[in-house]
Amino acid sequence: MGQATRNIANSFTTSGVITSSAVNNTSLGNITDLSAGGSLILLSEQTASASSSISFTSGIDSTYDEYWFIFNQCHPSNIGPNFDFHTSTNGGSSYGTTATSTFFVAYQGEGGASSALTYDTGNDEAQTTVGVTLGGSGYLNDESASGILKFYNPSSTTYVKHFISQMSVTHGNYTYECQNIFSAGYFNTTSAIDAVKFQFSAGNVDAGTIQMFGVK
Amino acid sequence: MGTRITSLANNFDTTGKLKAAGINNASLSGITALPSGVAGKMTLLSTQTASSSSSLSFTSGIDSTYDAYCFKYIAVHPSNSTDAQWTFQASTDGGSSYGVAVVSTNFRAYHFENDAGASLQSRSADSEEGRSNETTYQPLGYQGGAVADENCSGELWLYNPSSTTYVKHFLSRNALVGYDSGNGGFQQDVHCAGYFNTTSAIDAIDFKFATGNIDDGTIKLYGVSTS
Repeated sequence: MGQATRNIANSFTTSGVITSSAVNNTSLGNITDLSAGGSLILLSEQTASASSSISFTSGIDSTYDEYWFIFNQCHPSNIGPNFDFHTSTNGGSSYGTTATSTFFVAYQGEGGASSALTYDTGNDEAQTTVGVTLGGSGYLNDESASGILKFYNPSSTTYVKHFISQMSVTHGNYTYECQNIFSAGYFNTTSAIDAVKFQFSAGNVDAGTIQMFGVK
Repeated sequence: MGTRITSLANNFDTTGKLKAAGINNASLSGITALPSGVAGKMTLLSTQTASSSSSLSFTSGIDSTYDAYCFKYIAVHPSNSTDAQWTFQASTDGGSSYGVAVVSTNFRAYHFENDAGASLQSRSADSEEGRSNETTYQPLGYQGGAVADENCSGELWLYNPSSTTYVKHFLSRNALVGYDSGNGGFQQDVHCAGYFNTTSAIDAIDFKFATGNIDDGTIKLYGVSTS
């Protein structure tokens, strides 16, 4: 006890204040809430490696009323697939929640030959269960899709669930093109959504990371 | 006292370092400030929840502390049955009055649930949802429905509201379910941006539906530091 007492005493300054080196766990992993902390809480991060899909099947509940998903350089294995967003009301056992969405894009070719702002009726949804298109990407080595999805109030059992997303995409299977894509909509269900899945419409997610944040 | 010392000792490892379990308050609620490198850049300042409310006002916390302020509205539901307009205005007198001149653009993407139509549409005319130095409430969403499961969610960013030199810019994006008598429900992605044309500091913001109450929903105010 004598040595232990001396060790403890050394963890305090002469005025009795605990020293910084006395805290064993500098990441304070047991602390789950910090009043002075930020409002954006990283809940989960997944890295793709020739993955057929990336799913988040835990952590989506009533703890937060808004969730952010940040996509960083998601790269497809196939030529020109869509990057799709699916939701589940049974923890990920199945995906296929009815959705209605809008989709518009500003684009610019690298050669300057084409540019426009246009609504794309080929990538919106009207009460379908096939998943929502957030963007796409070319599959050449330097092409990928990055962006953000904001998903509101998924645990509500009263309201439909809105989302908005913006993606910056390199799409150059034939002509290199920058695309700024705006997708938004709602999953038309009053059941709580508790899992989400992202995948390309064909092939794998070869690389990229997806982070899920809760917004306090 | 001996028991206390033994208990204290048990909270330290054999090298004298405090164990994680030795911290009693897992939320550390007593800590209200952190160094800039540790604290987040987006700080929740206040939350208001509607309950058949005529409006929700934020009359404190909007000052020079932060460079930008973000309002997030989650599942805001109107009491009025048709053409619900989700609107906001600013005050330069702490919320005593709302009516600062606004210049704004407004456009939306929409898509009917029955797939009868979908388009990108400018709504910036004065007769629509744009403003050209008017002091009326600025619509952020419109043609909203009030069916039980319909609602509006989105965010509004207000930049440098305390400036006494510049006009005050804002940006918003909103997702809401619309209702059309011919086609029924439809998705709307509404984008509104503009500025309050004043060099007076803006210190309060008010949200409301153009008619009826805010039956339900939450609005959160965040301060965002860029330095």
